[in-house]
Order: sequence, then C-alpha cells, then structure tokens
Amino acid sequence: MDSKLQLDLTVNGERRSVAVYPMARLLDVLREDLGLPGTKEGCGEGECGACSVLMDGQLVNSCLVPAVQAQGAELVTIEGLALGGELNPLQRAFVACNGAQCGFCTPGMVLASVDLLRRCAHPSEAEIREGLAGNICRCTGYVKIVDAVQGVRP
Amino acid sequence: MMAHSRFVGLDRSMKNEGIGSSVARREGPEKLTGKAQYVADQVLPGRIYGVTVRSKVAHGRILAIRYGEGIPWEEFTIVTAKDIAAMGWHNRVESIEPDQPFLADGIINHAEEPIVLLAHADRHLLERARRAVLVEVEELPAVLDIDQALACVQPVGGRDNLFKEILIEKGDPGFPWAQAAHVVEGEYRTGAQEQLYIETNGMTAEVEGHSVTVRGSLQCPYYVHTALTRLFRLPGPQVRVLQMDTGGAFGGKEDYPSILAGHAAMLAWQARRPVTIIYDREEDMACTTKRHPSRSRLRTAFDAEGRLLAMESDFVLDAGAYTTLSPVVLSRGAIHALGPYRCPNVRIRARAVATHTPPNGAFRGFGAPQSLFAMERHMDIAAARMGLDPVLLRRRNLLKRGDLMATGQLVTEDLDLEGLMDRALADLDYQGKRAAFARHNVGPGPVKKGVGFSVFMHGCGFTGSGEEHLASVTGVRTLADGRLEVLAASTEMGQGKETVFTQIVSEALGIPNDMVRMSPADTREVPNSGPTVASRSTMVVGKLVQDAALGLKRMLVEQQFLAEPCGPEAFRDAVRRAHVRCGVMTCFSQYQQPPGLEWDDASYRGDAYPTYAWACYGVEVRVDTVTWEVKVEDFVARQEVGRVINPVLAAGQVEGGVAQGLGWALWEKVETAQGRMVNNQMTNYIVATAQDLPRIRVYFEENNPYALGPGGAKGLGELPMDGPAPAVLAAIQDALGHLGPMDLRELPVTPERLLEAVEAGHGL
Repeated sequence: MDSKLQLDLTVNGERRSVAVYPMARLLDVLREDLGLPGTKEGCGEGECGACSVLMDGQLVNSCLVPAVQAQGAELVTIEGLALGGELNPLQRAFVACNGAQCGFCTPGMVLASVDLLRRCAHPSEAEIREGLAGNICRCTGYVKIVDAVQGVRP
Repeated sequence: MMAHSRFVGLDRSMKNEGIGSSVARREGPEKLTGKAQYVADQVLPGRIYGVTVRSKVAHGRILAIRYGEGIPWEEFTIVTAKDIAAMGWHNRVESIEPDQPFLADGIINHAEEPIVLLAHADRHLLERARRAVLVEVEELPAVLDIDQALACVQPVGGRDNLFKEILIEKGDPGFPWAQAAHVVEGEYRTGAQEQLYIETNGMTAEVEGHSVTVRGSLQCPYYVHTALTRLFRLPGPQVRVLQMDTGGAFGGKEDYPSILAGHAAMLAWQARRPVTIIYDREEDMACTTKRHPSRSRLRTAFDAEGRLLAMESDFVLDAGAYTTLSPVVLSRGAIHALGPYRCPNVRIRARAVATHTPPNGAFRGFGAPQSLFAMERHMDIAAARMGLDPVLLRRRNLLKRGDLMATGQLVTEDLDLEGLMDRALADLDYQGKRAAFARHNVGPGPVKKGVGFSVFMHGCGFTGSGEEHLASVTGVRTLADGRLEVLAASTEMGQGKETVFTQIVSEALGIPNDMVRMSPADTREVPNSGPTVASRSTMVVGKLVQDAALGLKRMLVEQQFLAEPCGPEAFRDAVRRAHVRCGVMTCFSQYQQPPGLEWDDASYRGDAYPTYAWACYGVEVRVDTVTWEVKVEDFVARQEVGRVINPVLAAGQVEGGVAQGLGWALWEKVETAQGRMVNNQMTNYIVATAQDLPRIRVYFEENNPYALGPGGAKGLGELPMDGPAPAVLAAIQDALGHLGPMDLRELPVTPERLLEAVEAGHGL
C-alpha cells in the first residue's frame, strides 16, 4: 500500500502521467500533483459538491474517488472550460447573472451545470434545482445560479 | 489577491457603470475559471503544514502532555503554552477582554480548546502525530448552557459568569402593569448556528528575522494585525497581513482568524519555514465560532386596542468560555429587542453569560436575529391572545417619523413601515392565501398550508460610538497608466465590495469602471478602514472612498492637471501627467462622526445607529402532517435600504441571507454532547440545497436615501438574516392552527420539535 503507481489520464484534453499512491484522493491528485487547484475541497465527504469534476463524462465528487479508479480516465475540471482564455457561454452567464459570490462552490457548481445541460439542454427551474441539489452554495440562495443556467446563450 | 487579468468574450462596456447599475462582479471571471487564489491554492516552496491538538473535555486541568511512541518527534516543530512563555510571547488573543489564550495554559475552559501545535512537511505523518499526542487531564465539572451559567453552579468567567450586562430603560420604571388591558408573557429560544462558509478557515505564515507575514481567509486584516503585534510584542510595521480570496465568511472569519494566524505564525517562527494550517470541515465546525444561542423572556402590556404600553425583555446570550466579541453582539441584540415598534415604557436587560463551550462569535446579524425573533414571535402570539389580526397589531404599533426608539433615538426619516408591510403582504397575496388556506386546512389531506410575515429593522454600521472610535481611513491614489487605485482594508468575501467600491468611484468622478483598481487588502499597502462587518462597508467605508476620490480630483484641479468639466479621457490623461510630475498622488479620507449623532455608552441612550434598514418579509409554507416536514413554497423580501448601488448584487445578498435565515429556523441544529459538537459534518448539519428553497422574491424600496451614505445607500448585508425565522414560524402556526393551541417558541423547528409542539398543544 505504500508504493506509488503510475497514473495515466487525460485532463482537460491533455495526456498526463503522475506517480501517486493508489488510494490518494483524486481531489489531491488534481490539486497537488497535476497543479490544478481550481477544484475545491468543501467537506471531504462527498456532501457539498465543491470538488465536482467530470470523469469519463460522469459528474463525480473527486474527494471520494481514489486515484487508482481514475486510471486511464478522461477528466474535465474548471480549468478546462475556458481554453484559450475565452469564457464559455455557461461561465459568461454565471458572471452576468452574479451566479458566483464567494466563488468557492463555483467550480463544482459549474461542472454540475455542465453535466445537467448535457443531459437536458433546456431545463426548467425545477429541473435545475434538482440537477444542482448535490452542490451546496452558502452565499446565493441559488436564485442567481438558476438564472445563470437558464440564461446560457451560445 | 485577485489579479484582474483580461478575459476575451466578456463585455464590460456598459453605458452606465455608476451607482444604480447592475455591473457584473469584477472578480467574476477569475472565480469562474478556477484562477481565484484561496489560501489552500497557494504554492510555497519549503512550506510545511500545521495541525492542532485540542481538548476533548469541556473543563479540566492539564496534568501532562505525552508524546506517544512510533513518531519521529525530533522532526516536528512543537509549540505549547510553555514554549510561548519561554519565548517571551504574550499568550492572549487581542480582543475586547484579554482572557483567551492562544494555547491552553494549565486550565482547559472548553472542548476543542487548542493545547499543542505541531508542524511537519508530511501531512499524513502529521495526522498520525496529532493522534499520538496524549493530554492527561483531570476533568472538572462543566457549565454547558445558559440556565446553568445563570444559576452560577460553577464559576466559568466574567463576574458571576457574566461577561457583559446591559440595561436599556425608557419611560416610567414604575409602570402599572396591573392596570393594562392585556399583559402577555413568553419565553423564546434560539439555537447555535454554524456559518458554514464553503471554504474552511485557513492561514499561511512566514517569518523572516523578526518580521511576520500571514496570508489567509479572513474578514478583518487589521484585527489579525493587532493580534499578531500583541502576541509577538512586535511593532506594527513588522507584521504584515494579507487577505487571500475568501470563500465566504458571514462573521465566521471576523475574530477566529486572529487565533489561527497566531498559531501558524508561532509554528513558522519556530520552524523557520512557511507554515500553512487549513482546517478540515470537522475541525472547523467543532472549534470555530457560532451564532450565540439565546433565551429571551418578554412581557408586554397593551391597551384595549392593542397599542403597546410597556415592554420588558430579559435577553440572554450564551457567550461560551471567553469574552471574545460577545459584549458587542449582546449590545446589538439588546438595541434591536423592541423591534420596529413604538412603546413608551421599556426595560431591556441583556446579559452575555459564560459557559464551558467554544466561544460563540459573529454571524450575520450579530445578536439582532435572536432578539428580533423573540419580539416578532411574541407579537404574533400576543395578537392571538388578544384576538387581533397580526397585521392590525403591527399597524397600531409600527414606528413612524417622530417616534422614539428604545434608546430614545428619534426616527427622523420619512418612514412608511405600514406601506412597506402592506406592499409586501400584497406581493405574497397574504390575505387571499390566508383565507384560502383556512378553508383548505380543515379538509382531510395531510398537507396543510400557511402564510406568515415579520416586520423588522437592522441598524447600519457600528453601534453607538463605534465608528467614532474606529476612525476609519481610506485612500485613492494615482497609477502610472492613468488609472486610480482604491486603498481600503475592506475585504471581498462574496458580497461584492470590489464591484460596489468601483461603482462609487466611477460615479463620483464620471469615469468608467476599468479606470479604477482595488488594492489588495494588505496591511502594508492599505490604511485601516476598519473591519468588514456590521453592514458598514458600503455605507461607511464606501462613503470614505467616495470622499477620497473626490478629494483626489480636487487635488488634480488645484494643481492644474485637470480642468473641469472633463471627460474620462481627459481625466486619465491628467492622472498620468500628475503621476509623472509628482509621483504617486494619494488622497486619504477619515471618518468623522456626523453632527447631530449623540450616544452615551454609560446609559445606553441616544442614537444607537446613524440609520436603519427596514423590511417586511412574507412566507408561504406547506407542512406535511405525516412527516412534519416544512416546505417553503414562496418567499417575499421587501426592504427599504436607501439607494441600491448594484441591484443584482444587492438581491444576491438578500437571497443568500434569507436562505441562511430559513436554515436557522428549520434545519440547522448544532447538536452537542458534554459541550462538544457531535454533528460537525455537512452530512448531518443540514443547510438548504437548491431543491429546498423557492425562488426568493426580492423588492427594494428606495424612498429614503441616507444622506450620508454614498449615493444615499444604507447598509444591507445583515438585514436579510433577521426576518425569515419569525415569518416562517408564523406561517407554520397558521398552517397548523386548526389543530388546537400551539405556540412555537424555539428554533430550529425540526420535524421532531414540530411534532412535540403539536402533541403538547393537544395535551398529549
């Protein structure tokens, strides 16, 4: 259990390879070994959703995923959405609608919104509230987040 | 800390970027791309990590500290109270009273009290080491709640377990209670509440020679600065405090970061390496400050028509084991205890009591939500006792211009609280729903419906002479590229200060937002503009920023760099030329007490606040009488906050505050055993998700701009915490009133508590 494994994965479209302990949390691998601190830790037990990322197209809490499980996986983090420095339409909508206040839940909230919009292109308010119920925000009361997801313009 | 890099694809070229415009949050793009730098995101070469060994008992005497086997202790940096003494440091956290040690010295006064600090580069080993430290303790009897503290079964702190007592008296102390048409008495209780900022507390410290630098998640850079200068007995310039991007605070990063900064800095001093301490969620919830639990006993006398004749309040807050901010939390609670009502005879006795529990502290509202909850609940219960409609009871008693508040403060603004209430109730369709629900609720279904409301106010800025003592300073200075930089110690923690201050300068000088930059909150760069608390940043500090900006413009005109009138380009050019010729030009502005404001700390008489924000909140609920769950179906938040500087950001403040207020009322329960929080996890401390809340409907009235606020703005941040709890309890009671007499008097109303209240009402 004390020996590291070679972890090969694709992160935000880039092939990466790091040596990590098999049971290291994917969250720590991203933040520390891969230099992507945009993904946040809020609770460390899969409750708040701040560490949400997309793994092979699935929304996961990266604090609950052991590194070994991410072998060969394709990951998308908050850093992967504005490639080339241009905010994507969802990010623009979050800025325009004030969907981020303190910003700490935001990376996870945005990834959860990406996941929701992939499953349902034009969600109703109720569908958005259900789709984002795994991500806790303490600042906004969620109204402006709902506005942002509804206000996405390509 | 935010670098305002440019992002393609974001249009900020709005026509009006000044006051009243919903310009987008300045630091939005950084927060949306993961570029914002929070304390845990910083990469620091040579950095090691710190952890804290804490007490498991509420009260005891430390007999020995033992370091268990199997840990290479020689690799660790270790700090205890003995080391603090040996270094000649001062083991007291600077606050109102110097009674709290950085590390327990001999005596433990509350569970989770810090005893030993450890630092090491390997975090896994560090965690093992923390568990291997054995603190041998002789346990002593503990005082764990308000009733035990008042009974003084065991001294904890203060005099007779009182950290502070306040008496507010108005009118006739010999009021003839026996002659009043109605006398209503009641006791009301509220529980502790965790701020639950999504970013836990964290701090990094570096020491070079005898100079200390800390960077962290914090609200009040100068509080931390003072705490570190006292701890290390250093002159001010040798301590530097910088705020990193801060992932929410709500009061929870007002005073606690002083302790955490001291811990990180002592470890860094001893280790001679940078030290970072980041609390995990369980530690943060267990050991940091909470909203004070409260007990209010109210007695009111009314005439036959329901006019308030006299009011007595016995208001008690559980301060925890040390004084910390409790005296000022108590003060705000006491001053708000009468609510927005006219009453000729008032006696408010307020006490902050000592218990062997982790100190409670600042949380949005700062004592006012507790006392206002009691008074609003009491008014609803009194209305029912007198057979009066709760709206009518408010109508007969709401403050108007010319009335005197509890401290004798004269209402000078053209206040139309009745109109505000009527408009909020119309927004909710209160009367229509009330009648319809009354018919629905006697039907057979298990789901009952109700509506309720609350009317309240929140004093803006520091209490009494607080702002005068702070004497805050801000500055505006020139930059070489023709832009201006605002110098203020106010912190951005999500509320929108960066954006709002920019708009204030933009409006004052007629220049676009992108010509204004905010200096990072770094005590080496910015003057002390006071803490970011008390709904004071926009109204008080924003006004100072406005004055400094206008002052700088005057300097440019007087020194003939600028001729008025001028457009933005001429302004930019003038700044550039002035900067070349004179170097950095800075204009500072310092707070001065406005004439006409009088306050006496000794008698608690006078103008408690320079102005107030006023509000009426209405709520509709459905109660499932099988599960006793309460669902909030609709929420109306209507308020008078003077001029709104940024309507979208302001609405965001209200929506978030309402969500926290509903949480305090319905879901958020701090469970303890022997003085330790036992549900210190997000799994079982329940806050609202998007699915638990309706769309909160926010309405601003701007009928009474505050003459001394920037553009007429008042304070806003805390107000929305005050109203939801009493309104939602009124609504629950409305939904269940047909089941028989039932008075909800305690927060939170969990399904278990609701079932108990219903059974008690039935006499089961």
